[in-house]
Amino acid sequence: MSTASVPLPNWINYGLIPLLNLIVAFFISGLVVWWIGENPFTALRLLIEGALGRGDAVGFTLFYTTSFIFTGLSVAVAFHAGLFNIGSEGQAYIGGLGAALVALALDQYVPWYVTMPFAIIGAALFGAGWAFIPAWLQAKRGSHIVITTIMFNFIGAALMVYLLVNVLIVPGKMAPETRTFLPGGQLPKLDWLMALFGAKLGPAPFNVSFIIALVMCYLVWLLIWRTKLGYEMRTLGISPSAAVYAGIPYSRTVIIAMLISGGLAGMMALNPVMGASARLQVEFVGGAGFVGIAVSLMGRSHPVGIIFAALLFGILYQGGADLSFEMPNITREMIVVIQGLVILFAGALEYMFRPALVHIYQRFKRA
Amino acid sequence: MSGFRKGKARRVSHNPAIELVGIDKSFGAVHANKNIHLKVEKGTIHGIIGENGAGKSTLMSILYGFYQADRGEIRINGHAFSIKDSQTAIASGIGMVHQHFMLVENFTVLENIMLGAEGGQLLAKGVSSARKELKRLEDEYDLKVNPDAVIEDLPVGTQQRVEILKALYRGADILILDEPTGVLTPAEADHLFKVLKVLRDQGKTIILITHKLREIMAITDEVSVMRRGEMVATRKTAETTVEELAELMVGRRVLLRVEKGEANPGKILLSIKNLTVKDSRGVTMVDNVSFDVREGEIVGIAGVAGNGQSELLEAIAGIRKPASGEILIDGKPIANADPARLRELGLAHIPEDRHHMGLVLKFEEYENAVLGYHRDPKYGKGALLDLKAIQAEAVEKIEKYDIRPPNPRLKTANFSGGNQQKIVVAREIERDPKALIIGQPTRGVDIGAIEFIHRRIVEMRDAAKAILLVSVELDEIRSLSDRIIVMFAGKVVGEKTPEADEQTLGLMMAGIAA
Repeated sequence: MSTASVPLPNWINYGLIPLLNLIVAFFISGLVVWWIGENPFTALRLLIEGALGRGDAVGFTLFYTTSFIFTGLSVAVAFHAGLFNIGSEGQAYIGGLGAALVALALDQYVPWYVTMPFAIIGAALFGAGWAFIPAWLQAKRGSHIVITTIMFNFIGAALMVYLLVNVLIVPGKMAPETRTFLPGGQLPKLDWLMALFGAKLGPAPFNVSFIIALVMCYLVWLLIWRTKLGYEMRTLGISPSAAVYAGIPYSRTVIIAMLISGGLAGMMALNPVMGASARLQVEFVGGAGFVGIAVSLMGRSHPVGIIFAALLFGILYQGGADLSFEMPNITREMIVVIQGLVILFAGALEYMFRPALVHIYQRFKRA
Repeated sequence: MSGFRKGKARRVSHNPAIELVGIDKSFGAVHANKNIHLKVEKGTIHGIIGENGAGKSTLMSILYGFYQADRGEIRINGHAFSIKDSQTAIASGIGMVHQHFMLVENFTVLENIMLGAEGGQLLAKGVSSARKELKRLEDEYDLKVNPDAVIEDLPVGTQQRVEILKALYRGADILILDEPTGVLTPAEADHLFKVLKVLRDQGKTIILITHKLREIMAITDEVSVMRRGEMVATRKTAETTVEELAELMVGRRVLLRVEKGEANPGKILLSIKNLTVKDSRGVTMVDNVSFDVREGEIVGIAGVAGNGQSELLEAIAGIRKPASGEILIDGKPIANADPARLRELGLAHIPEDRHHMGLVLKFEEYENAVLGYHRDPKYGKGALLDLKAIQAEAVEKIEKYDIRPPNPRLKTANFSGGNQQKIVVAREIERDPKALIIGQPTRGVDIGAIEFIHRRIVEMRDAAKAILLVSVELDEIRSLSDRIIVMFAGKVVGEKTPEADEQTLGLMMAGIAA
């Protein structure tokens, strides 16, 4: 209690503290690895190499990063308005339907760069639509957004399975997925970007969605800190009573914030659906919506922080997959444990080292 | 309040109850306590006054173990003590009654008093011994409460009594009270002072932190004045005056009276007709109230807190929907307009609670300088905010209102109470509204800022604005208003001129006379 009010310079708040948290998370993970009989240093080397060692590894890492940026932004936008959107997972899933419908409709007629803007809009509209009902229930009926968005994840998953099995499936095929999009419905890979750094992308699905994600980071920053709407969202998020005093309409602000949040989650679908597999498949989101919560938390709901946090989780995903392949003792579940430790230390225990750092900093300043 | 005679301090023994020697504390660049020396004699009531941000609360937090001093020593009954946390403070006989009560609202009085001192794993034994001890304390100090009442059902004055009992239950010999009367009605405050005197006469030592000079004069034996982190003087209360203390607090001479000329009322600007307002439970808070406010006059609403004034203000400001009745600005009905629309119509609102309504404490200062007016095209065309224009205007207001520190990029929470209030006042007054409704303009504000805010309000009146003022400080109502309306139990019980004597108004506020 006694140190919370002491201001620290930004390089400690946003640099040193996250770094320390990360080091401790890795240290404990190392202990776990050592305990199951593997060399933690080898494991760390394998993880880093697996994520960043080769061109295709970097490509996979950035592919995951792209998805996490979208869902991280989604969670962050809602969070600024005081809403905890747990439904990015389901919104992304439904967003995939929007992207796929656009791709299926246009891929035979136009090149990808014509399809892309419509696909972005389609994904965002479908994602936003899926967020609308919980938003409306929260705004008008006071139903808690956490509960309703969780439920909508389940409803969305069931709906998508139904559609893929019964409606969108290619007749005669066994797999519950749409037909493969033609190149006009695919987002091209970013080989050239990798080539700039002298690396080869290989089979990795790193694609144009990454650039869309970065543009969205800028737009979200603009929205939150430079627009009147963002100002109203932040007022509502920090102090609902001050928002009432200021005449900020509660229902409208809640609904708009959730629509934007759902739209950003929906856009995440562009990456796997149009950038990687070129078809809509069941469960393509694969938990990215939930990772977005951790990413937003770690990134302090700021787009720059979200990019770094998404990159970290991208590394953990890709490097972790490689590690469990190289070291069979370290299973997929072990990787989840390591990710959990990172979330625990960087997110939940964010301020664990702050009091100690405040004391050191004050002593240092006085000296 | 003034009816109290000052009792003689009894049982002054050799060692002071508390002695602070050279206490020093900094938070980052802020030097909150500078080499503080203080002696509090046993069995006395010792007042500590100072403006907001003078370092009173920091000093008491050090004494109670919330903070550790960077340097210096705390001696209790002559023995040096290192108070690491509130447990050590409690163990060494220090009890604290916080400004905001630390009670579990849906527990009973008894459960709250036992909290943290339950004694053993099973409750039953602790409960019965606590009940006995509570009875003894009640009898000894004349502090009557029903041990089985649930806290949230009790009036604030009684809740505070529970806080005091809680401290006594833990064996406190030294009681620290932080701004204890801020939430109390005048009658409750009087009762509190009686209790404190009984406690003192029984040998307890009491430290009273306040910025209300009248309380200091009415009840303390000695008073110490803090200013900007320093202890600038200690006086025997009997040997000092309000004027001297005010000057010591602020560091210059202060006008305690508001200087204002004759009012020049014009046409009716704000008109309330048969207004009834209910709270969220459906209880009628404002009951068929009618009155007018003219241009160029200040109408004060006097009343004990909780008699409908807050709801009246909120209804006029568009925050609370009236159940029935009309509100007219300039003859136009506004009863269903939202706060944003009312601002456009020229109604400014300085809310009672700046922390929850008037400001977003986590925002930087300049962001709060446009709260409610952020949609104005002058702060940005279209959807975007023009941060440069907003900051430039914030800097102007900071200069004009002497808001300190003069930094529009500082988080609002880091300004003192008086400066926070100036941010709100500057925002609402500088819009040049037609009508201004004001709730508790100087609650928790230091003397220097009170003087300034009062002067601005009178200037607004002289510029032919209609002003409606609600305050629980009767002095403030009397010195600012041109007409006084008294509210009791949601109804207007009468109207008086500011020349009416305090006793008459007091009786009306209590619902006894009209």
